[in-house]
Amino acid sequence: MGLEIMDDVRRDYIYDLVRGGRREDGRAFLDYREIKVERDIIKRAEGSARVKMGNTEVLVGVKLEPGEPFPDSPDKGVIITNAELVPLASPEFEPGPPNEDSVQLARVVDRGIRGSEAIDLDKLCIEEGEKVWIVFIDIHVLDNDGNLVDAAALGAIASLLNVRIPNERYGLDGGEETMVLSNKPVAVTMVDIGGEILVDPNYNEEKAALSGLTVISNPDGTISALQKYGNGSLSEDAVTEMVEIGIEKAGELRRTFLEP
Amino acid sequence: MKEEGLELIKGGKRLDGRSFDELRQIRIEVGVLKRADGSCYFELGDNKVIAAVYGPREMHPRHAQDAKMAVLKYRYNMAPFSVDERKRPGPDRRSVEISKVSREALEPVIIKEYYPKTEIDVYVEILQSDAGTRTAGINAASVALADAGIPMKDLVSSVAVGKIDGEIVLDLNAVEDNYGEADMPVAMIARRNAITAIQMDGCMTRSEFEKGLKMAMNACQKIYELQRTALIERYSEM
Repeated sequence: MGLEIMDDVRRDYIYDLVRGGRREDGRAFLDYREIKVERDIIKRAEGSARVKMGNTEVLVGVKLEPGEPFPDSPDKGVIITNAELVPLASPEFEPGPPNEDSVQLARVVDRGIRGSEAIDLDKLCIEEGEKVWIVFIDIHVLDNDGNLVDAAALGAIASLLNVRIPNERYGLDGGEETMVLSNKPVAVTMVDIGGEILVDPNYNEEKAALSGLTVISNPDGTISALQKYGNGSLSEDAVTEMVEIGIEKAGELRRTFLEP
Repeated sequence: MKEEGLELIKGGKRLDGRSFDELRQIRIEVGVLKRADGSCYFELGDNKVIAAVYGPREMHPRHAQDAKMAVLKYRYNMAPFSVDERKRPGPDRRSVEISKVSREALEPVIIKEYYPKTEIDVYVEILQSDAGTRTAGINAASVALADAGIPMKDLVSSVAVGKIDGEIVLDLNAVEDNYGEADMPVAMIARRNAITAIQMDGCMTRSEFEKGLKMAMNACQKIYELQRTALIERYSEM
């Protein structure tokens, strides 16, 4: 109960600030928080990255294991994306099976990668109909200060940039082999606060906003995933403007954090 | 993804004979269930969907109650026989996400402040599936909520657009969805042009996206009229 009142107070504060053209942490509306991406930090994983976006911190690990292909695509590898909102990361997260927020987080990141065909699944076939590589992308949230999607999506692609295929561990031919990444989708999330579009909402902004949109786009300007959030609505103009901003911001993030 | 030689568009028409911006046949029946407070049966082409609404009723567990407003719950569930390959009963990750997105699509129109500490339950069962089930579910749920007498500011209408053989088309069927290049479900408050849900996966350029959004928004106006007519017919009979 007490917390609910604090939520209301905080929401009013965020809206007041935005009306005056400001944000809680002093950023411009279209600015990201400071971002840090560290790659290959988990030795046991085939690829990994830690992304810090302001105080939000997400660790992504990629593991490859041989497994059975789906019957309708016997010569293609499989991508499995999972997200864990572990209780260490927020007073609001509870241990237990995935809830709708963690499922949504994983599925949006997954759609971005799948839609952009970033991972060439044809190259992950070991033995047609019998054995293919299963690519597990595991998103481990360490600190939730808002906008987990962008941090997780960036972490996923950063992890996938340099994945070593563990042929030797499973007694397979192929030796030292790196997985080819053929696209670099980047997620940009925005919220609508009182008619203004804010990029990279922090936790308080995310809670205060009625609606938000994630736009996942590729270097050629195509969109590979969209997802609207929240209990409010967005106008056609707001959605198209968000898509435009999303594509532009994705380009900036890609150049800064995903170019060699 | 696509099989060689499978053409989804021939001579400017789709495989089922529709033009690019043509909806499938829609049938709406209001108040089809006896025990539910409100219900709706919705057909969209070969999709057969039924929605039921219970409540507002006391919320359990009590600690989950909201002192200021009702809590809206939404459960999207596929019958095991609704798809070619039997679906294992119970919630999977896909239906968890669809339930969340669908609930958020309806939240903006429901006046929850009238019923603090209660819950409003929306149950959507997919009986037969042919792509577009989440949009059919939202359309059915919106009508069922109205049928249950839940105070609402408006109805919500929903449809998907997608890309097949490089063309933006309305309301994909299962074949088009399986072999198409993109799928974008949209829900909106048709009379206010307010978008309450949008998702997309696949690959679209910005201009394709804008064209698709316009196409979906136009179609939602048509669906809204059908929903409204169905409700009026139901209550003028009585």
